[in-house]
Amino acid sequence: MDALVSSMPRFIDGFQMTLLLAVVSGALSLVLGTVLAALRVAPLRSLRVVATVYVETVRNTPLTLVFIFYVFVLPTLGFVLPLGKVPAIIALTTYTSAFVCEAVRSGINSVSAGQAEAARAIGLGTVSTLRLVVLPQALRSVVPPLINVLIALTKNTSVAAGFAVVELTSTGRALARDNPSDVLLLLGGIAVCYLVITIPAGLAAGAIERRVVFSR
Amino acid sequence: MEDTNLPTSGTIGARRALVRLTDVNKHFGELHVLNNINLTVSQGEVVVVIGPSGSGKSTLCRAINRLETIDSGTIEVDGRVLPEEGKALAQLRADVGMVFQSFNLFAHKTVLQNVTLGPIKVKKMRSAEAKELAMTLLRRVGVDSQANKMPAQLSGGQQQRVAIARALAMHPKVMLFDEPTSALDPEMITEVLDVMVGLATEGMTMIVVTHEMGFARKAADRVVFMSDGQVLEEAEPEQFFTAPSSDRARDFLSKILFH
Repeated sequence: MDALVSSMPRFIDGFQMTLLLAVVSGALSLVLGTVLAALRVAPLRSLRVVATVYVETVRNTPLTLVFIFYVFVLPTLGFVLPLGKVPAIIALTTYTSAFVCEAVRSGINSVSAGQAEAARAIGLGTVSTLRLVVLPQALRSVVPPLINVLIALTKNTSVAAGFAVVELTSTGRALARDNPSDVLLLLGGIAVCYLVITIPAGLAAGAIERRVVFSR
Repeated sequence: MEDTNLPTSGTIGARRALVRLTDVNKHFGELHVLNNINLTVSQGEVVVVIGPSGSGKSTLCRAINRLETIDSGTIEVDGRVLPEEGKALAQLRADVGMVFQSFNLFAHKTVLQNVTLGPIKVKKMRSAEAKELAMTLLRRVGVDSQANKMPAQLSGGQQQRVAIARALAMHPKVMLFDEPTSALDPEMITEVLDVMVGLATEGMTMIVVTHEMGFARKAADRVVFMSDGQVLEEAEPEQFFTAPSSDRARDFLSKILFH
């Protein structure tokens, strides 16, 4: 128990880093993923192809490989990123946006084609049709799968531990090494920290879901 | 000047052609859904398109504002050939009102917002002005008392009348109706048809895909009969219904008139 109390500051640092990675990558992924989803339903074939290739490549690549690409491969090509959280955020965003895209796209497909047709029929362009008519209605069915994606992202931040980022999991590993007798307690504490992020996220999703509900 | 007291005849005369289809073809896989269609609709004319299901009449209607693309031929609206996807097409669609079988009101917006969306976002009208226009139109179709409700709270007939108001809010040059009463309960058909007859009397150019013979008799200048992707017959309503010239039309009429 002493170990837990005395290592509180390190816990908090790790927690903050995990939270930062999750929130920043999450926000960026939502934006990039939505743009990708829009491209995947674009009237221009070339845009659809680009987005599809991106999504299929990234979501079928293990996250660790994405990290290795940004941390080790990209520098050899001359793009040197500062070590630490920047490449971690980029890697997490690259990876997560592909999943966000697919969740949003399924939401877009759940809106009846007639809605988009009616929007186009009054003269709205492709972007306005998506933004004003389709996406607001897609939101309703997108919230549950999106929260899955964001919870997965929160846990995926632990992969950054292998790449010189001191977040919750690497903090936990270090603490367990220093206090071998309290391993269970320390790792339990780490697990609780993840729950502190993911459970409110789930609750927030429920609240958002109730707000965007309307009868069809 | 346009002559407002035109005879209700199928002749095109000197009136301006608003919609012109020339040698239009379209296939759905094996199916030749539009087979060499030639059709001209003049300003102020009301054309009713009828035919058995699968005859291509809905596709024809949807092709006119390019909700369906065509394989060959040209479609002109007010002298301009339909543009490819893009800004110009959006602009043209704003000039062509469309009413769908399934209403397609924006489910997440109120009745009023459904009508004001186009004027505000496409015509950049000020919000207050758009609201005023919308209320005028909603009053005209008799659903102004429902302005702040969501579409799902309205009956089918009311929803379809809102959809007509939404299309009118863009001040279209021509209105397309794709089986506007086919999804309605029988007692609601009249309220929608009444609005359409009103529009026709005021001189709106209309292309109406429907099986409502009463409407065709009352409001149409011309009936176009389609079967298997072809226009088989064009005639004034009275002549078409009493003495159709093709066997296919006779057969079709005998089926729908005595069911």
